[in-house]
Amino acid sequence: MKKDILICGVGGQGTVLASKIIAASAMEAGDLVHSAETIGMAQRGGPVTSHVRIGEEAYSPLIPFGSADMILSFEPAEAVRNLRYLKPDGIVIVNSVPVKPVTESLMPTGYDGTEMIAYLKKKCTCIVVDGEALCRPFGSSRYFNIAILGVAAASGRLGIAKEIILREIERRVPAKYLEANKAAFQAGAEIGAQYEVK
Amino acid sequence: MKEYVMGNGAIAYGALKAGVNLVSGYPGTPSSEIVETVAKAKPEGVHVEWSVNEKAAMEVAAAAAYSGARTLVTMKQVGLNVASDPLMSLAYVGVKGGMVVVSADDPGPISSQTEQDTRRFAEFARIPVFDPSSPEEAYEMIQDAYECSEKYATPVLFRPTTRVDHAYAAIDRPEKFEPNRVSGFIKNSKKWVIFPRLSFANHAMIEKRNVEIGEEFSSYRFNTVEGGNSKKAVVASGISYAYAKEFLEDYPDVKLIRIGTPYPFPESFVKKALEGVTEVLSLEELSPYNEEQIARLCGRNGIVLTIRGKLTGDVPASGELSTNLIAGILRKYLELPGEASEIDVSDAPELPVRPPVLCAGCPHRASFYAVKKAMKGRNCYFCGDIGCYTLGNAMPLDMCDTCLCMGAGITMAQGFTWMDKEGIGFAFVGDSTFFASGMTGVVNAVYNNANMILCVLDNSTTAMTGHQPHPGTGRNMMGDIVEKVDIASVLTGIGVSKVVTVDPLNLNEAMGAVRMCADLPGVKAIIFKSPCVAISKPVGKCHITGGCLNCGKCIKEIGCPGLIRVNGRVTIDPNLCTGCGLCSQICPVDAIQEVTQ
Ligand code: SF4
Ligand code: SF4
Repeated sequence: MKKDILICGVGGQGTVLASKIIAASAMEAGDLVHSAETIGMAQRGGPVTSHVRIGEEAYSPLIPFGSADMILSFEPAEAVRNLRYLKPDGIVIVNSVPVKPVTESLMPTGYDGTEMIAYLKKKCTCIVVDGEALCRPFGSSRYFNIAILGVAAASGRLGIAKEIILREIERRVPAKYLEANKAAFQAGAEIGAQYEVK
Repeated sequence: MKEYVMGNGAIAYGALKAGVNLVSGYPGTPSSEIVETVAKAKPEGVHVEWSVNEKAAMEVAAAAAYSGARTLVTMKQVGLNVASDPLMSLAYVGVKGGMVVVSADDPGPISSQTEQDTRRFAEFARIPVFDPSSPEEAYEMIQDAYECSEKYATPVLFRPTTRVDHAYAAIDRPEKFEPNRVSGFIKNSKKWVIFPRLSFANHAMIEKRNVEIGEEFSSYRFNTVEGGNSKKAVVASGISYAYAKEFLEDYPDVKLIRIGTPYPFPESFVKKALEGVTEVLSLEELSPYNEEQIARLCGRNGIVLTIRGKLTGDVPASGELSTNLIAGILRKYLELPGEASEIDVSDAPELPVRPPVLCAGCPHRASFYAVKKAMKGRNCYFCGDIGCYTLGNAMPLDMCDTCLCMGAGITMAQGFTWMDKEGIGFAFVGDSTFFASGMTGVVNAVYNNANMILCVLDNSTTAMTGHQPHPGTGRNMMGDIVEKVDIASVLTGIGVSKVVTVDPLNLNEAMGAVRMCADLPGVKAIIFKSPCVAISKPVGKCHITGGCLNCGKCIKEIGCPGLIRVNGRVTIDPNLCTGCGLCSQICPVDAIQEVTQ
């Protein structure tokens, strides 16, 4: 299998765990995997991206523009920021809940994400997920990183079986939060199933 | 066993597999995880340390290498500047056990002051350098680097770049590591004491030897030629090789020459690879190193060849390369039709900018604010330094007039006030930077009768690079509890006339200390002591009560990300607020209170 998956959001949203789970699941399924994270200065409240590359053909750890099969975005503007990476027939799964820049109160921009979502809908195939509604039953937006994996897996576009991903979640999430995370994954999967491509 | 690790992890495991006995370094992005991986693996019989700075790390390792041990020294590229004094001499003296110095370059730069190129440093110091293009290769290559170092009794440089350091790949590594047997130091002052006569003799030896190493590198496994026999060839090294290879998958006729050992340049290998080639494009980051080497090679051998790269403007002179940039450059070079199909985003709405800021509740914000308020209207120089606190330059604090290199703020504060005797020179330095290269600057101030105020922002960690311990934390890399080096005692010992320690989160007390010091002559120091919020438990939370005038003073004065506006009303975001209480000391009507549980 050859797949390029880009995961993006804002520092602190849990994108790294999501990328680690995808990478580990793909390896579990027998594929060669490379990935890269943006870390360092860029991480403080700034945009973060993880590139996960599955398959023999990937030599560079970074996905070229126009090659990502899927973008998992934890935030509307971050999806737009990384849209150039998407294959013209790729898919974006995006959280509609905006994260305002930390400087918003000092230098107001009025950013609320709606313009970004409208733009994405115009430009590509996308599944828009209301992260707030999705995570409400679990009491924290922290579960979004696992929920979005559920959406991705059930959409059939990730190319990795749901069961394998669930096993990786079990391996990586502390026992105390495991049940809630599994439920979040399931809730995401229900959304993804509505868009399933066979 | 297979482990999915970062490039830095692969480097660490490669060194451990080579039987490394001692690992030392100073933290710096993108190199820090190497020492951390070694420490986490807890290899028995291996000494691991965060040294106080790169020079110390180099010297500790040098002595171990004199004793026959295999040693690993790690740093970022600017750290190599600090360590260059011992390295330059060590290149003449040589080593007994294998010594590999990892200096991680940072094209972009993504988190550094400079875009310097460690390959140049290798050429300058006349020592070999290895340039890996992936984590898997780094794992193999560093083991070769130890062989090379021991065979030629020389320290060897190893230079990954950010994208190799921070890429992840599966590495097949042994479960357990065995350090080498250390033969011990054999005294011989003719060998280990550097004197002009020795340097003269060794210089000649080194030049001769480097020709030999260049020959040996010409058949090295990571200097490779792929593709067909095209007249137009491509030369690449490091991560640029990975980018080029990926693009050239679809153009298998194009000859791709990869250079894994930039110095000593593998001349006969490159000469042979260029046979039948009329034009070559050099793809590399930072500096046109390979490009210039090839030009020299052609000149010396009367080879007629068009050489393209940075010097001809075909490759950007600065910044990092990417698969996309390289695809564009190669399309032009190979005169390929068509563009990659990608979504046109030229009509995208304006994206929110997300500049890096000090965290909510960060004590540095309070320290800067106290100095700013106390010195309002006075003629001051605010000299910054390297660390999270460089972010004190952002609005609304605007408290960083200069930032040059590690420790420079302390000495620069002196220089400014020698030129403006009425001015008050402030230097802001973090605790780790103070130990790394701040102390000599304070001695300079005391010795030369300078007037300055040293502000040590002591948050008990090395926050910027991922919270490493340092001499002031009472903990070392092996996890031992050690004697804390007390900053106040160090300063008093040096002869600083006034040393006060304050809690920056107590605004009045902190401002009082600043005012008092500003009116005293000589060298004064204020230690602003409060732990980094990223590693300490929040003390509580604050909220805004009904008395709020919605004047926005709290937001405008300190810019804490925890202070937001919701439907026009000033509010505190409970997810971000750490309850530091700084804003509550600024509010004119006492509307901000701690939430009582
Ligand atoms: S108390 Fe005020 S200044 Fe401190 S973290 Fe909370 S909102 Fe920010
Ligand atoms: S300074 Fe006080 S009164 Fe003014 S907006 Fe802030 S909390 Fe409200």
